[in-house]
Amino acid sequence: MSLMKNILATSALSLSLGLASLASAQDYQPDPNAKPGGNIIVTYKDDVATLDPAIGYDWQNWSMIKSVFDGLMDYVPGTTELRPGLAESYEISDDGTTFTFKLRQGVKFHNGREMTAEDVKYSLDRVTTPATQSPGAGFFGSIKGYDAMADGSATSLEGVTVVDPYTVKIELSRPDATFLHVMALNFASVVPKEAVDEYGTDFGKHPVGTGAFKLADWTIGQQLVLQKNADYWRSGVPYLDSITFEVGQEPIVALLRLQKGEVDVPGDGIPPAKFNEVMGNPDEAKQVVVGGQLHTGYITLNVEMAPFDKVEVRQAINMAINKDRIVQMINGRATPATQPLPPSMPGYTKDYAGYPFDPAKAKEMLAEAGLPDGFETELYVMNTDPNPRIAQAIQQDLAAIGVKADIKALAQANVIEAGGTPKTAPMIWSGGMAWIADFPDPSNFYGPILGCAGAVEGGWNWSWYCNKDLDAMATEADSITDPAKQDERLQKWSDVYMKVMEDAPWVPVFNENRYTMKSTRMGGADALYVDPVSIPVNYDYVYVTE
Amino acid sequence: MLAYLIRRLIQAALILLGVSFITFFLLFVLPADPVRQIAGRSATPETVANIRHQLGLDQPFVVQYWRYLTGLFQGDMGRSYLQKTEVATLIAARLPATLLLMLGAIVAELIMGLTLGIVAAIRRGGALDQSLMITSFVAVSAPQFVVGLLLLYVFAVKLSWFPIGGYGSFSNLVLPALTLGIMGSGWYSRMMRSSMIDVLRSDYIRTARAKGLRRFRVLALHAMPNAILPIIAMIGIDIGIFMSGIVVVESVFGWPGIGQLAWQAIQRVDIPIIMGVTLVSACAIVLGNLLADLITPFIDPRIKLR
Amino acid sequence: MTDATLAEGPARPQSALRRLLRRKLAILGMAIIAIVTLGAIFAPWIAPFAPQDQMFDGLTLEGAPMPPGEKFWLGTDLLGRDLFSRILYGARTSLIIGVVANGLALIIGTLIGVTAGYFRGWIGAVLMRFTDLMMAFPALLLAICLAAIFTPSLWIVAMVIALVNWVQTARVVYTETSALAEREFVAAEKTLGAGTARILFRHILPHLVPMIIVWGTLGISTTVLLEATLSYLGVGVQPPTPSWGNIIFENQTYFQAAPWLVFIPGAAILLLALSFNLVGDALRDVLDPTQRGRE
Repeated sequence: MSLMKNILATSALSLSLGLASLASAQDYQPDPNAKPGGNIIVTYKDDVATLDPAIGYDWQNWSMIKSVFDGLMDYVPGTTELRPGLAESYEISDDGTTFTFKLRQGVKFHNGREMTAEDVKYSLDRVTTPATQSPGAGFFGSIKGYDAMADGSATSLEGVTVVDPYTVKIELSRPDATFLHVMALNFASVVPKEAVDEYGTDFGKHPVGTGAFKLADWTIGQQLVLQKNADYWRSGVPYLDSITFEVGQEPIVALLRLQKGEVDVPGDGIPPAKFNEVMGNPDEAKQVVVGGQLHTGYITLNVEMAPFDKVEVRQAINMAINKDRIVQMINGRATPATQPLPPSMPGYTKDYAGYPFDPAKAKEMLAEAGLPDGFETELYVMNTDPNPRIAQAIQQDLAAIGVKADIKALAQANVIEAGGTPKTAPMIWSGGMAWIADFPDPSNFYGPILGCAGAVEGGWNWSWYCNKDLDAMATEADSITDPAKQDERLQKWSDVYMKVMEDAPWVPVFNENRYTMKSTRMGGADALYVDPVSIPVNYDYVYVTE
Repeated sequence: MLAYLIRRLIQAALILLGVSFITFFLLFVLPADPVRQIAGRSATPETVANIRHQLGLDQPFVVQYWRYLTGLFQGDMGRSYLQKTEVATLIAARLPATLLLMLGAIVAELIMGLTLGIVAAIRRGGALDQSLMITSFVAVSAPQFVVGLLLLYVFAVKLSWFPIGGYGSFSNLVLPALTLGIMGSGWYSRMMRSSMIDVLRSDYIRTARAKGLRRFRVLALHAMPNAILPIIAMIGIDIGIFMSGIVVVESVFGWPGIGQLAWQAIQRVDIPIIMGVTLVSACAIVLGNLLADLITPFIDPRIKLR
Repeated sequence: MTDATLAEGPARPQSALRRLLRRKLAILGMAIIAIVTLGAIFAPWIAPFAPQDQMFDGLTLEGAPMPPGEKFWLGTDLLGRDLFSRILYGARTSLIIGVVANGLALIIGTLIGVTAGYFRGWIGAVLMRFTDLMMAFPALLLAICLAAIFTPSLWIVAMVIALVNWVQTARVVYTETSALAEREFVAAEKTLGAGTARILFRHILPHLVPMIIVWGTLGISTTVLLEATLSYLGVGVQPPTPSWGNIIFENQTYFQAAPWLVFIPGAAILLLALSFNLVGDALRDVLDPTQRGRE
């Protein structure tokens, strides 16, 4: 029964729904019916790797870290709207390169010490220093002095200054419209130096933060218990006394236990084989909350390898894939995609229909490109279900226009290696590896996966598509930091992705939807159960009714 | 005896050294880069290079291996690349589950195998003997993942006699232990049968019978113990078969042991974990073989240690 | 772990075959093997559909597979392909890998075993210590690592399995050869000045043949199981080539709703492995009555 997990989305976090707009930010109104107390049980198949906010980048630990730690910025629960977190307020200079954060006073770490500006600086230094080996270090690239940290010539970020114990000033080396989102990432969480020093590399197993919950017990490979932080600085929350995460539980087991009332939230979702059954039963369907997800599943076409160096060939491939059939194969849990951005992402181009499914036209275009008999190629794919199946559906579609694609189903690490090695993988199906947004901003889908910066050895731009003009446009868009010019910025991003579609280095295949199932005793707004930031559930705000 | 033991232990150490070398080499030539897994998708080439340097992965193979080996001799198995936790801690946390599963499997295979073997020997040549021996062939020919899924389907899903997965109580252990033990039970039933037949033919059993002892007493007190002894020595050998089996069985039942740890590590090239689990498994296999060889002479005095 | 005593010389082939044919189980095994082989060879004529053909009416509108029925005798898989056709073609994978991988393993094992057993000295010591080393590897982990290094194709999987499976053969051949090498007639030949090649091919190898036949047959069963396991873990032969193991891998998420997708290929693996075991066991009794016990 292994591999039953909903692997469409692993090893990453995801965000969903809602348009981020700073101007309209309105904080969450706590539920008047909420009752404090109680324990819930959440299950996962895979072990929790770490709770170190600088390291954790998995599908399960992302939301746990969110509940144990806080950053300067945060999101309104259930939305993608930014709100201040540990920062009480912030100011942005006119040129958009200096951010001054005023910290809340009296916020205490789980060890009892008060959090100050020194901790903010320490935490940013820690996450960017190469010794920490944080997978999120690159997000802080716009902070002044980042490069010196990355190459090891500095031990502290030049751009981060402690003005007084409750004020931090962060200077950027270039305007970065996404910076506040970056400060809301787990990687920007504030950690106490003394606890990191005490546990060293094992800090991830002994986390100390300022969050709504603290770690109470951790039996590796079995369970992890988070306990309410009674001194939490946001008043009234969390409602739950504790949360028990049980790991090593198959999704199917978790679902059966939920039906018996033993589990409150199966963290890996509803297993495919049970999906139709659950959704067909009105009582059980009521327990399911459906939401969008900032996810796109795509095929990369390596523009450095013949015949994908010809744009006609790439366009033909785009027209050959029967996306509806692939969506049917995964029980309709996704929507066919037209472009790199998912529909709920700001900057999504609504009136763009994408390439039509038209095998006859595709065959014609191949003939015009001098390949009337098609060609042979390879399709790389991660070897966990359902990805090899999706690859076989793609393979059949390609065969219909005369393209013979051999499938290479490999371990995740081997596919990533092949993708980042020049002229190795002509086509890659992205399922199981990428791309789920880190934060709800269109720039997040460009840089590493479509921009020139990622089209290098070891990079994540597996189509090796590098368009200098688009890179310039992207930089231009991200230097528009004025909230009043948001629409102009989003339009620029929309243009970038439309140009990408003309050059067709990708075949966008589908955008996944999210289905969270919960026990009948769980309370709180539906939005908390498809929270774009805390997956599967925003633990700080949900409650139990009995 | 002592000299023999020392020689065998030295041999065992050399074997483990060889295993570590070959595994390290295989992971070195593996076309997948652990640094890319660590650095994440937003990393710059400088960050990647820096992490590579910190982990010493930019060193030649010999240097890397030597470092690993010196660490190992100081009792340091390294830290997981992705979890940052010490490999020893991770393995220690999961080893009890694996050992419990193996113990369960040994009990299961002995109970099933010996019972079948004894019954077949007593009814030698009859229809029951024939069908039991076919059963034993089926047991050794059945793929573990199919047996596991079948047991799950019948006893957990359809009959609800046992939980579908999980860990912690006796009822959780039954199905995985049966799955892991079923292959061995096939071998043991055949060995037990021939061993029993030999014993039943022997003079002292005939004497006992002639003395008028009851059939059951003869079987239970004289024949069985003598027939079982040679089989006990084989248990050590099972470790090797189990070490392959756990990867599949733990994954089918969601059992939190080192098999799952290894499988997840292989997916993401977490080399220190793969090395650690391989070495611990190899250690267990070598010790199991050694134990088997040490026990044999006590059971069968005709065999001498060389 | 056998205490191999000396074979009393190879049994006469005709009488061996006659004795084999007197065993019902062996005949049953051979019959199953024959049926599977014929099915594999004539798959293109027998199979109602192409094995990789994903049919529109092979899935329900919700994307669930079809149960066994009139059009699809054994139902369809999660891609809407005919399961019966895939099982037939899957037999090819199992048999090819069973024969090729096991053949390779036998060759490697025999070469190493004979060399070590006949020449003794440091060559023998080195080879046998290497064999011990290979015995200490958790076989499945080794196979998974090897499969990750070489992108698995049908032939690579065969090679990987051979690299893992030759060890048992080498040990048995070694024991046998070293015993033979000490016997008087070999010593006599040596004093008469016979060349190494002559002794090996005239005296040693013929004595090994029955044992190799037995091991070769039993080994196919192990090989079939190992291939199925690798494919089940997703590191075996590449899709869309059907293999009984990867049929289960692809469909096991549905094993509660559509158990036939798991248990029909499962039964196929079991039957084939069982048949080779039955035949191998009978051969052992007939050709080589001294070889007893496990592995």
